[in-house]
Amino acid sequence: MRIAVCIKRVPVMDVKFRIAADGKSVDETGLKFDVNDFDLWAVEAALQLKEKTGDGEVAVFSLGPDAVQEQIRKALSMGADRGVHLKADGTSADPLSIARALAAELKATAWDVIFFGRMAIDSADQSVGPMVAELLGLPCVSAISSLEIANGRGTAKRELEGASEIVDFPLPVVLTVDEGLNKERLPSLKGIMAAKKKPLESKPAPINGATVNVVKMELPPERVGGRIIGEGAAAVPELIRLLQTEAKVL
Amino acid sequence: MANIFAFAEQRGGELRKVALEAVTAARTLADATGGGEVHVLLVGAPGIGGKAATLGAHGADVVHVCEHAAFANANPEAAAALAAALLAQLAARAGVFAASAEGRDLAPRAAAKLGVGLASDVTEFSVAGDAIHVRHPTHTGKVIATLALTGTPALFAVRPNVFAPVPNAKAGRVETIAPAADPAASRVVVKELRGGGKAKLDLSEAPVIVSGGRGLKAAENFKLVEDLAAAFGNAAVGATRAVTDDGWRPHSDQIGQTGRVVSPDLYVAVGISGAIQHLAGMRTSRTIVAINKDKEAPIFKLADYGIVGDVFEIMPALIEAVRAARAQKH
Repeated sequence: MRIAVCIKRVPVMDVKFRIAADGKSVDETGLKFDVNDFDLWAVEAALQLKEKTGDGEVAVFSLGPDAVQEQIRKALSMGADRGVHLKADGTSADPLSIARALAAELKATAWDVIFFGRMAIDSADQSVGPMVAELLGLPCVSAISSLEIANGRGTAKRELEGASEIVDFPLPVVLTVDEGLNKERLPSLKGIMAAKKKPLESKPAPINGATVNVVKMELPPERVGGRIIGEGAAAVPELIRLLQTEAKVL
Repeated sequence: MANIFAFAEQRGGELRKVALEAVTAARTLADATGGGEVHVLLVGAPGIGGKAATLGAHGADVVHVCEHAAFANANPEAAAALAAALLAQLAARAGVFAASAEGRDLAPRAAAKLGVGLASDVTEFSVAGDAIHVRHPTHTGKVIATLALTGTPALFAVRPNVFAPVPNAKAGRVETIAPAADPAASRVVVKELRGGGKAKLDLSEAPVIVSGGRGLKAAENFKLVEDLAAAFGNAAVGATRAVTDDGWRPHSDQIGQTGRVVSPDLYVAVGISGAIQHLAGMRTSRTIVAINKDKEAPIFKLADYGIVGDVFEIMPALIEAVRAARAQKH
């Protein structure tokens, strides 16, 4: 099996973000970065598929500046075989421009499965995976929470709002991974040592032709909360009154 | 005058609320760009055309209906092909999808077929000269990006429960159209739809959400959350990641950074401390109620109304009081 996984470097979210001086981006000073949550589950899915089929390779791709090599190394330390850094200086708010840069590289190999995370938690678009599939002419199942692959075909489950669907598909395929499919493994010390010697190729992959561009970024208005109306069951009548007369939701 | 496209989602032959939201958003945009026509695509099993009138009542000038047995379940390949073909044929200025599980699968495919960008999970939009500007929460809702869409058509997917459906009667003229790609020949086939019966309100549509966290201490205590949701009568049940990770509730109930993002009129957080992971999914709720024993819990900083105390003491009283208030009203 030839398996590709596309991963993204994203900021760790448990901070208060600041807007950079250009007013159009997040100030990265002092931020920590990691592999996007959903992409870790995509890496795990790829490793499990390789282990189950017993042969083949898992190649990890990431688009961005040199810093993304850190995230590729993490995937290698989890067990991926090789990494490809698609070097681009900036980024883009247009998921199609990202998808084109990735597809231009991915099309060179006849992959059996290309995994993505369902969504990047920073840009929150959830679009690049299905777009790459479309550009490569491959079938795609997005946001999967279970997966079975055998004999050149697969079945996956997708969670909908208040329902789910069971989807059949042929290989080769593009799959995007939702939470619940698996729990990612932690890199072992042995894995971390091995990752240092695994091949990591870097090649230019310019991002062009964006028709979606950032006008500005801002912090949302602070929510004015913090009103404690009372303690214990004694506060319930006051809550009911406020829901009826002030919030008007009851 | 420009044509605006909207995709109308249906499930099991019934229009989804997000379909009316997409049509309402398209109507608003058409009126803001000089009063062009709203063209809605509705695909489904034979008989789905009967729902066109509802779309007309919400602002559709034309409803393009494609009926096919292989459109009974979602059929993303054939639906995306048809959406892209219709957007091109109409020379649409913009196309509106729902940022739902189905819409977020369909819209990127259509965008890639047309070679244009896409903005997802849009909470506001406006016309700015030749561009359409949209607001889109990023970084788990801690940053709001304003994006300019300069492609034609400008495609975007609107966050559920943000653009309330507005009745606005237009002709809703039905045009029966043929598929652009044979729906029976799709490589990806949805062979089964599970759940989603009408009895269960889904998280993206419910005006009220009652959500539970670890403070409930055990899976069986979620009955308190379910009972409060039932007392409201129009509420869905949500959960934190800690709870879904522990298997107390299915992953599909999870609200948060890696789960669902919801914007109900009322969000009741029961035994939820307010981890960043969770706040990312519910911070845009219109009114937030928090019930927690720890008065320092971060959820209280966000809550409009907080009650400090034991959830096992407060919840039975609240369930009774909500029942009584609703009974009095009806």
